[in-house]
Amino acid sequence: MALLEVRDLHKRFPKHGGVLNRVVGNVHAVNGVSFDVNEGEVVGIVGESGCGKSTLGKTVIQLLGATEGSIKFDDQELTSLSHAEMMPFRRKMQMIFQDPYSSLNPRLTVRQLLREAIRFHKVVGADQVEAHIDSIIEKVGLRPDSKDKFPHEFSGGQRQRIGIARALCLKPKFLVADEPVSALDVSIQAAVLNLMMDLKDEFGLTMMFISHDLKVVEHFCDRVLVMYLGHVVEELTCDNLHADARHPYTTALLGANPIDDPTQRRSLTILKGDVPSPYNPPPGCPFTTRCPVVKDRCHQEMPPLEDKDATPGHRAACWEVEGAGVASSAAAGEG
Amino acid sequence: MSKTNSGEPVLKVRHLTTRFRTDRGVVTAVDDVSFDVYPGETVGIVGESGCGKTVTSKSIMRLLPEQVTIIDEKSEIMFEGENIARLSEKRMREVRGDRIAMIFQEPMTSLNPVFRIGWQLDEALRYHTKLGRKQRRERAIEMLKLVDIPNPEKRIDEYPHQLSGGMRQRVMIAMALCCEPDVLIADEPTTALDVTIQAQILSLMNSLKEKLQTAIMLITHDLGVVAQVCDRVVVMYAGRVIESGPVADIFRRPQHPYTQALLDSIPKQGNKERGLRLATIPGIVPSLWDLPHGCRFQDRCKFKEQRCVDGEPVLEDGPDGRPVRCHFPLDEARHPQHLAGRHAEGA
Repeated sequence: MALLEVRDLHKRFPKHGGVLNRVVGNVHAVNGVSFDVNEGEVVGIVGESGCGKSTLGKTVIQLLGATEGSIKFDDQELTSLSHAEMMPFRRKMQMIFQDPYSSLNPRLTVRQLLREAIRFHKVVGADQVEAHIDSIIEKVGLRPDSKDKFPHEFSGGQRQRIGIARALCLKPKFLVADEPVSALDVSIQAAVLNLMMDLKDEFGLTMMFISHDLKVVEHFCDRVLVMYLGHVVEELTCDNLHADARHPYTTALLGANPIDDPTQRRSLTILKGDVPSPYNPPPGCPFTTRCPVVKDRCHQEMPPLEDKDATPGHRAACWEVEGAGVASSAAAGEG
Repeated sequence: MSKTNSGEPVLKVRHLTTRFRTDRGVVTAVDDVSFDVYPGETVGIVGESGCGKTVTSKSIMRLLPEQVTIIDEKSEIMFEGENIARLSEKRMREVRGDRIAMIFQEPMTSLNPVFRIGWQLDEALRYHTKLGRKQRRERAIEMLKLVDIPNPEKRIDEYPHQLSGGMRQRVMIAMALCCEPDVLIADEPTTALDVTIQAQILSLMNSLKEKLQTAIMLITHDLGVVAQVCDRVVVMYAGRVIESGPVADIFRRPQHPYTQALLDSIPKQGNKERGLRLATIPGIVPSLWDLPHGCRFQDRCKFKEQRCVDGEPVLEDGPDGRPVRCHFPLDEARHPQHLAGRHAEGA
């Protein structure tokens, strides 16, 4: 059974302007997104800056209210809950942020940071709080004496471990990790990814992993959603990402990613131009301005996200993708 | 792929040592760094945060704050037969931006937000050339065209905030290249950009290198970028060069345990190892105030022996015939597993 069911989720931010600062338009940050996350699964969300991946993550755990659509967690509709009714779900759904420094209160020691959250949600009895803090600190690989230090005394990798400890001390079921390793050096990134993998098994976590780094997503996730300008344009499993990718945007993303092997040097796939402004998206498919296989129909209608081949769970939103035959022409740019 | 290193290097760095005066005493950020850059080649300077790669490039450009920076007397930065480390500031201004140009990581903060981009492009031309106003404007538009900015006649009168991140970085490249420099120093030019924009910038730099024979010094921590665009690589750790050589050799037969560990810690594309643990490097980079006696990598190295604690190794040719700073450099026998993996991938 799916732990999380998202259906036709929309998130719009009003844009103010003019002398009276009236609402003059909307930024459609998340535009009709539907997906499931099964228990124990890690679903990756990839896309370029501004595609709505962080907004999606924050909306799913209700840090931002949804404009439209349904979010079901454990068979409970979240969008209609009151603030008080939402509280138990806040504990179960936690988030890890990209920049661990700005997401930790600089005036609290690690112990105070964790204690505040544990006490608020009454995760363990009052007499066990300190023991719980000790065990979490140990599990995320920090030294016991770290407890009484302030966030600024730690390196980037260690701070991310504190961010992970803060999320996990509430014993959540579901975790949204928003670019958790993007700000870290590769050797530190590897250690944090290993830690997250271990903790996922130990705590039986289900995760949404937001990243722009396809190599990391491919390594860490079971399934991936590719987003472009608020839409999910393709959903596929990570088992065979490169062979399965059908949508021209996905193949372009994969083709633009430099491989760390100088003998496999290739011309990187070059997409022309930039992501269009979300204030003023093109009509029809949002990818038309950069798409190598764009046709007339693409300008008129947004293609639905639908099954494209026999592989279960593989969906793509593209008029040009019918089956394997057409896909090869879309992937031709990859060389 | 690999350029033959015919002729003279355009930039020759020898024993570059840069120290900073700090509240906690003098600290050596770059220690005895030497390398060459030949015309028409891309040299990658690779390492993690704090290894001294940016200080190296800013030392060459003489962009470090004078009051706190000490560039050691034995440092030589030979460019066109002159040691530019010793040039007067007045003479250096003629070199900087004209013969050697630099692009920075953060295109928003390195462009001046209150001037139109045309004015900023014009600045270098005004200072370094004798062209008239009209000619300079034509030249600026031509440069914007060269870096694929659509509609350059219109864009030239816009402000930096009106451009996207990728376009700003292209404007930075246009500014750096408008005097056709012999050397372009690119400090993490694509780190802040999305991969599709990164691909655009990298291919642009590659084609400019071929068209103008510019030598490029590319500073990055992204080994994927290095593999795709560099001809030669210099690996730095804690202020020292620890290994250098042609890019293919560095990736296939790393001699220094740190280089190998760095390569092992990147998730591999192609997904053969999904869900497996990544190789990590234990510990952290030593503080420059508190460097260990002996090899600087010793606390994180899995091959550490007594000799590594007793004395720091010198940079000398290793088993692969390339310079490496290690008492026990890796050879075929020492890392068979790694080699097997890489060979299989290449096949």
